[in-house]
Amino acid sequence: MDIQAWTFLLVGLSFALYVGVAVFSRAKSTQEFYVAGGHVPPLANGMATAADWMSAASFMSMAGLISMMGYDGSVYLMGWTGGFVLLALLLAPYLRKFGKFTVPDFVGDRYESRVARVVAVVCALFISFTYVGGQMRGVGIVLSRFLEVKVETGVILGMGVVFFYAVLGGMKGITWTQVAQYCVLICAYLIPAIFLSIMVAGTPIPQLGFGGAGADGVPLLQRLDGLHRELGFASYLDGSKGLLDVACITAALMIGTAGLPHVIVRFYTVPRVRDARKSVGWALIFIALLYLTAPAVALFARTNLLDTVNGQPYEAMPDWFKQWEQTQLLSWQDRNGDGLIQYVGAASASANELTVNSDIIVLANPEIAGLPNWVIALVAAGALAAALSTAAGLLLVVSSTISHDLLKRTFLPRITEKGELIAARCAAAAAVVAAGWLGIHPPGFVAEVVAFAFGLAASSFFPALLLGVFSLRMNAAGAISGMIAGLGFTSSYILWFKFLHPELSNPANWWFGISPEGIGALGAALNFAVALLVCRLRPPPSAAVQRLIQDIRVPKA
Amino acid sequence: MQNSPVTTDTPARAHWRANLRLTGLLLLVWAAVSFGCGIFLRGWLDQWTLPGTGFPLGFWFAQQGSILVFIILIFVYARGMNRIDEAHGLREE
Repeated sequence: MDIQAWTFLLVGLSFALYVGVAVFSRAKSTQEFYVAGGHVPPLANGMATAADWMSAASFMSMAGLISMMGYDGSVYLMGWTGGFVLLALLLAPYLRKFGKFTVPDFVGDRYESRVARVVAVVCALFISFTYVGGQMRGVGIVLSRFLEVKVETGVILGMGVVFFYAVLGGMKGITWTQVAQYCVLICAYLIPAIFLSIMVAGTPIPQLGFGGAGADGVPLLQRLDGLHRELGFASYLDGSKGLLDVACITAALMIGTAGLPHVIVRFYTVPRVRDARKSVGWALIFIALLYLTAPAVALFARTNLLDTVNGQPYEAMPDWFKQWEQTQLLSWQDRNGDGLIQYVGAASASANELTVNSDIIVLANPEIAGLPNWVIALVAAGALAAALSTAAGLLLVVSSTISHDLLKRTFLPRITEKGELIAARCAAAAAVVAAGWLGIHPPGFVAEVVAFAFGLAASSFFPALLLGVFSLRMNAAGAISGMIAGLGFTSSYILWFKFLHPELSNPANWWFGISPEGIGALGAALNFAVALLVCRLRPPPSAAVQRLIQDIRVPKA
Repeated sequence: MQNSPVTTDTPARAHWRANLRLTGLLLLVWAAVSFGCGIFLRGWLDQWTLPGTGFPLGFWFAQQGSILVFIILIFVYARGMNRIDEAHGLREE
């Protein structure tokens, strides 16, 4: 069978599986729609969280980015996993004990303030929409490459599937589909990685191959590092970012992860506080299976790519090269007219002729390595699973934020349970359409926008939630001014360097050499400082809130 | 905390103190492996390789070791907190 037939088969089967699971576990009450009734076992919740959290970016882009950035790519590895430690130790158990439906719910109740709730609603909606657009785009790209349809058609197909199970199933449906999606995506990631590891390093365990030696006995990392220096790329083992910048980006991604609303709500779905604690651990194990493999894949892919293309005649390039050229994610320009491909870095004397978009590394890997057609199709199904599971989690945040926080808790307090459930479904449906629109008309700077989402989550939600649990003194005035200061500072810095003056965005102009990707760390620090200062100027929270805080700090009811 | 108008009972306070101690200790390890070994000490640690492999030590912490330690930290926390809950008679049903 050819690649397209295999893709139709595997993608079709996986879609049928997701829809089947959703029909089987559809939500019948708001409790089930928002938090799956609070009956999800910790292990299953860990798996669902892993799928929820790992997006098209983790699956498709991360290994490619690491393979381009070398050591600098560690910011994603440490940042996106280290955030789970913060989540486990500082937020998940307490929010589970609080036991409501959404993140703005906690902010609103803890600070007894409608303004705080609405600020939280705006942050949640902004973060979710920026993120979901990228997922739908990812779906479109995968379907267009492997099924040879237009990107738009791909996005619409993806919308259809998400629409079906998010609108019908709510959190309950999403949870069990995410469990299925995790299984699909992790197989799709590990199988090609194992093949590659056998091919490049002679061992089936990618993590061993990563630290192992090639056929010539030289450690693969040293060999690639040498190759990088020789070709004028930044050293693979040292990277090129400043230390403080690396630390700030890592911190911003960690804090942002712990503040992402669609991840936090997953811990509302387990039965007990104890389960919430353990469940984060399971989630990180499932995530680490991919995250510990990604840097190995990055190394194998980079070595493979450099060996395959460099100094070779264009005429001799295999099929995959020309197919990816059609998507314009790979392009070659014969600057010196010798018919050979020169792929070199900035420090090289000769001109670079090849542009490789880092997004294609994972998708093209099986083809570059000459793996069987079913593996290539499986990778497509895995990428779709990663994108769809994250999109569904985000859409649910949008829908519950609108129906619960805006309608039920702010504007229409007398809405019935049935009315709220209908509103939630309508909001989910509208959100799917909006997400699809963003996928078809992407803002053109998906990567920047995602950096934005993390910066905002780090500088707005995380400090407000943390102080809400750990400080009895923190009041609405402190929390709101902190959120506004953090949000305002972070977004102006990002807007300035990413959108208004991208030409000025270099280490010489950045404050302390901190890039816009890392500024969320400073924004979070500012949020803490402002909140702690302003809260002193106003009276402490009411006795009822003090009791609420005492209550969420202990697991026993 | 001393401004609190709510009278707190002793087991809950002792539980909270023990909780803060454990959380603080684990966060110290969290920062040490990631920001310490993986970032600020990375260049210095790279003079050694992880025994039996070709990994420069600091690079290994940044791309593998820190993640493994994170997993261990979360399970140590979950287990430690269960013990603290029990010791103060605050285990949930």
